[in-house]
Amino acid sequence: MTAVLENPAHLEPGPEETGREQHPQRPVLELVPSSRREDVQATTELTAEQIEELGRRLDAIRDRVLAERGASDAEYIRGVIRKQRALEIGGRALLFAGVLPPAWIAGTAMLSIAKILENMEIGHNVMHGQWDWMRDPKIHSSTWEWDNVSSSAEWKHSHNYMHHTYTNVVGKDRDVGYGILRLSEEQRWTPYYLGNPLYNFLLSLFFEYGVALHDLEVEKVVAGQKPLSRVWEQVKSIGRKTGRQILKDYVAFPALAGPFFLPVLAGNVTANLVRNVWSHAVIFCGHFPTGAVQFTEEQLEDESRGEWYVRQLLGSANLDGGRFFHLMTGQLSFQIEHHLFPDLPSNRYAEIAPEVRELCREYGLEYTTGPLWKQYMQVLGTINRLALPNGKR
Amino acid sequence: MFRSAPGTTSRGRGLLAAASALTTPLLPEDFLTLVDPLWSTTSLRGRVVARRRETGRAVSVTIEPGWAWAGHRAGQYLGVDVDGVRFTRSYSLTSPEGAEHLTVTVQEVDGGAVSPTLVRDLPIGTIVELEQAAGEFTLPDPLPEKLLFVTAGSGITPVMGMLRTLDRAGTMPDVVLVHGARMPEDTIFRAELAGLAARHPSLRVVLRHSAVSGRLDPAVIDTVVADRADRTVYACGPDGLLDALEGAWDGVVAERFTPPARATEGTGGTVDLGGGDVVVEPGQSILEAGEAAGKLMPSGCRMGICFGCVLPLREGKVRDLRTGEAHGEPGDLVQTCINSSCGPARIDLP
Repeated sequence: MTAVLENPAHLEPGPEETGREQHPQRPVLELVPSSRREDVQATTELTAEQIEELGRRLDAIRDRVLAERGASDAEYIRGVIRKQRALEIGGRALLFAGVLPPAWIAGTAMLSIAKILENMEIGHNVMHGQWDWMRDPKIHSSTWEWDNVSSSAEWKHSHNYMHHTYTNVVGKDRDVGYGILRLSEEQRWTPYYLGNPLYNFLLSLFFEYGVALHDLEVEKVVAGQKPLSRVWEQVKSIGRKTGRQILKDYVAFPALAGPFFLPVLAGNVTANLVRNVWSHAVIFCGHFPTGAVQFTEEQLEDESRGEWYVRQLLGSANLDGGRFFHLMTGQLSFQIEHHLFPDLPSNRYAEIAPEVRELCREYGLEYTTGPLWKQYMQVLGTINRLALPNGKR
Repeated sequence: MFRSAPGTTSRGRGLLAAASALTTPLLPEDFLTLVDPLWSTTSLRGRVVARRRETGRAVSVTIEPGWAWAGHRAGQYLGVDVDGVRFTRSYSLTSPEGAEHLTVTVQEVDGGAVSPTLVRDLPIGTIVELEQAAGEFTLPDPLPEKLLFVTAGSGITPVMGMLRTLDRAGTMPDVVLVHGARMPEDTIFRAELAGLAARHPSLRVVLRHSAVSGRLDPAVIDTVVADRADRTVYACGPDGLLDALEGAWDGVVAERFTPPARATEGTGGTVDLGGGDVVVEPGQSILEAGEAAGKLMPSGCRMGICFGCVLPLREGKVRDLRTGEAHGEPGDLVQTCINSSCGPARIDLP
């Protein structure tokens, strides 16, 4: 089926012009069957010129932010890092008094927030190279290691390269289902996928391990497309990082607490679970709520800069919320802006979001956004639906 | 490169290793430095504790070094954030060896990226990144009986470090300093030099002002310093002066301060720098291009002297901006500060 693109209002063609064959230009992006075809309204009948013009206008936003980057941005990330570390120290200190329930709750909450900030606003964004321009060796994509069992080197390949290049391309972007779930009708159904809702639940609890295994590309190993030596290297790296995290959170800190071993252990386990469930929810809401579009490999051929931008726009979805919420999502609540400009400093996404949204309105492209609970319900709905063979509504 | 920990004892290192099990993937010091950034053992930092204006264009900055400081002899690199971006430059230390605080004296360079910030806008309390002192332009050991220092402009700074060291140790040998500056008011350390000369009969200071009596050259110095031929000569200043001295006399120990003119012909191209493509403009060094692209590049003097910036060339050739000569074989260590690419090349980062 051909998805229908609403034309920008000011370019409204006469009825006789809407037919593809009569269009003077080849429709460049032929948007695809997503997991919920009938909901995909934003597809494009934009001409190649319009798409390139949109690309130039987005480039102009990017250039402006690059030119403005300076001391206040540097102070922003340094401030977040300072606060995150202070929260972590404070949370762990409170947990040592964790036999008292209020101290346990406050300590666990602080540690959970610290871990979320560390992974999302700091780790994810530093490893994207958003702060490389500062040339501070302590805050640089080539030196950063995060509190996650996936090593930064592996993650930079699977996320920065694979996911950000092949965003929402079924079969290429391994974030579509993480090699575990069925998230697109384009993925052939097998009885294995009856477990979709269960796999998703487990994935959200153990998300950091899911991310690490995701780097491993198990299905390629099974298909014999990946040398075992490379797999072994990755397994060792995951093992090392897992070992260090377990030693720190589940052995060393509880042991330091002596008689209060158990409350500290429980607090640390909880903080890791909270971080996992939260990041899973935020990340899944970035690409799979209703309205976010998926693509086929054919569409990647000869893709222009403008078309790349349109694919990033349509394949991503934002989340509505306040400043603290955006911080806690690592500004991935501005997933659309992040996908357009993955290496701009995250604190700038909020400021450019209205401009991007206005551009989308002008070009008749859907700017998918909504509250977290609503987007997450849609994601869960898709996951449940696709557990079944046709999974259509 | 970023994780060296000079000045840490092996017992200290053991403790740190144990503590790092609690801070993985960070280091204990990443938390310690929340309290005081100077407590780092892996990055050498300093805190600006005083500033003194020397001339209209030069300022001395006194820095309290952090835990990782290993003491100094001469030559010092300093990293300072200018509008959020870290720049490193090398400035000669002017404080005496063994001093508790270190001092660099910086003269503003027109259009410079770093010196205007250091001279005009570096509040007390600013944390600066440092590198351990390095450099060959140091007092000889043992001291020769008779010394001649020839300096011009900010070339006085490393010599001032030496004179202060001699003064502090109370071992001033027979020294003549011939120093050129444009005008009397441009003469850095004028009052202090006069004071030193008054205190040490064995020190003679000759100040020349180029706007009044012309530039320094070997002939002028020979007329002022009758026993010049008996003296060990140390010289620091602009290229023209040093070239003239080296051409006229033997055995001059020289340190160059001004980067030489640059060739642009046949330079530039795209370099794969540590796995990412960086465009090097014609006439631009690989170091400048890499830094502009946000790469973490080792660097030092930025003029081809200290070899602090060398990186292994893996593919392609580079071109020396000083001579215009193309060179380089796979595996060669190239000085990124004075080489541009010539066509595509690949260079590894540390």
